Amino acid sequence: MMLANPVFQRVIGGIFVLLAVASFAGFVLQRRVGSPGGVETVRNLNARVRAWWVMVVLLGGAMALGPAATVVLFALISFMALREFVTLTPTRRGDHRALFLSFFVVVPLQFVLIGVNWYGLFAVLIPVYVFVILPAISVLAGDTTDFLARNAKVQWGLWLCVYALSCAPALLLLNTSADRDRPPALLLLYLLIVVQLSDVFQYVCGKLFGRTKLAPAVSPSKTVEGLVGGGVIAVGVGMLLHAMTPFAPWQAAAMSLLIVVAGFFGGLVLSAIKRDLGVKDWGRTIEGHGGILDRVDSVCFAAPLFFHVTRFWFAV
Amino acid sequence: MNALVRWLVLGLVRLLAGAQANWQGCTPERRPRIYFANHTSHLDTVVIVAALPPELRSETHPVAALDYWGATKLRRLIATVCLNAVLLDRSGRGPGDPLAPLVDLLSRGHSLVLFPEGTRGEGTVAPFRSGLFNLARQFPDIELVPVYLENLHRILPKGTMLIVPLICTSWFGAPIRLDPDESRGAFLGRARGAVLALAERPA
Repeated sequence: MMLANPVFQRVIGGIFVLLAVASFAGFVLQRRVGSPGGVETVRNLNARVRAWWVMVVLLGGAMALGPAATVVLFALISFMALREFVTLTPTRRGDHRALFLSFFVVVPLQFVLIGVNWYGLFAVLIPVYVFVILPAISVLAGDTTDFLARNAKVQWGLWLCVYALSCAPALLLLNTSADRDRPPALLLLYLLIVVQLSDVFQYVCGKLFGRTKLAPAVSPSKTVEGLVGGGVIAVGVGMLLHAMTPFAPWQAAAMSLLIVVAGFFGGLVLSAIKRDLGVKDWGRTIEGHGGILDRVDSVCFAAPLFFHVTRFWFAV
Repeated sequence: MNALVRWLVLGLVRLLAGAQANWQGCTPERRPRIYFANHTSHLDTVVIVAALPPELRSETHPVAALDYWGATKLRRLIATVCLNAVLLDRSGRGPGDPLAPLVDLLSRGHSLVLFPEGTRGEGTVAPFRSGLFNLARQFPDIELVPVYLENLHRILPKGTMLIVPLICTSWFGAPIRLDPDESRGAFLGRARGAVLALAERPA
């Protein structure tokens, strides 16, 4: 039972304290800041903090309910992320059947496989079966215009929004120790805490100390100072939270570093795609953040690496 | 019961088609208007109603084809109960002026949603039929609001029953009016241009 787990209680309690501090800081800033640009930043900051409350309650609630609820929540996130991706990606009438199958067969199946503990098929369903079957279905529509590009877009959308994202709840499959007091869901929570703290503190440190632009052509808001500041905080917290994981403190720091670097590139790669498509945000689902994909872009890159490295070295 | 059916249908449409509203050229207001939109799928009517704020829904009536929406009991129920639709006989065989029920609603201060292409296109916007012009001439003071429904031809294209659940945004443009000495062709071209302009807005 997750709710009765003392580590889970302490971590969730800690997140609520952090959010309360952020809400209070936002309240104070709202009264103090007067410049037009500052007002806009503070408004966005407060919208983000409000959205965080909702996201933490949803995720914490699903985890407290158990693995089934957690997997269902991630299936919904994946469905909505894929919908944002395909909405902004040009497709043609010939892709209709492949897209229908992607949304209503591939997404549910991938998460059902986690639910029934079938790792073998989970790992190859999309890269083997789906990547063979979908182009075969598309080719029957007989439309060769942009055929390669269209198939590449559908396949990469599925890899990103379904396969990569599903590696996060797949952590529930891992048996990493004989210690029954540490449910695998803690490992999922650990990944999300490190990756999101890294995002948040990259944003905060970037706003406070950001000078040197890191990739001005891709994402003007990313700075070296932000990345280093956010990364150091995330790795530090990741090391302190090693009790949630099977890792020793130094291993936890290394894993957190892996999460931070992968997450950073996830955000950067998806920014490049947004630029390519000519949009600023993936959607409008989460107030202040943009779309679902704007919030999980870093998870999409961090989850598959974290899952496989953990499985390779720590699964028993 | 009616409220439950309406809530279910509109909720399902929001889940499957997003149905977001983007008021670019005007704000949702409680005044008689004719919204005119491109027509690409059977979901158009439902999506545009789902995108309207709830307080406008009871006095805004989409004009739907009798031969489709009146064809089965379920469709008729959805059209009349959920959508407040007026069913229009496209065949021309019905008695009297087919526009009469529309004129009646407009004179009572209600709003209409029209699809002036008359039939579903495939991502392109066909030339407009003259119903919009005739109504605009009878009600010169009414605001005519162009609407572009984005992505619906990708969600449910002609010739399939499979829905791909993308996000459909309804773009509401700046109202236009019929100029006193404007010809039918010029007006319909301008109205169609207003819808197309919403489609080609910079990202």
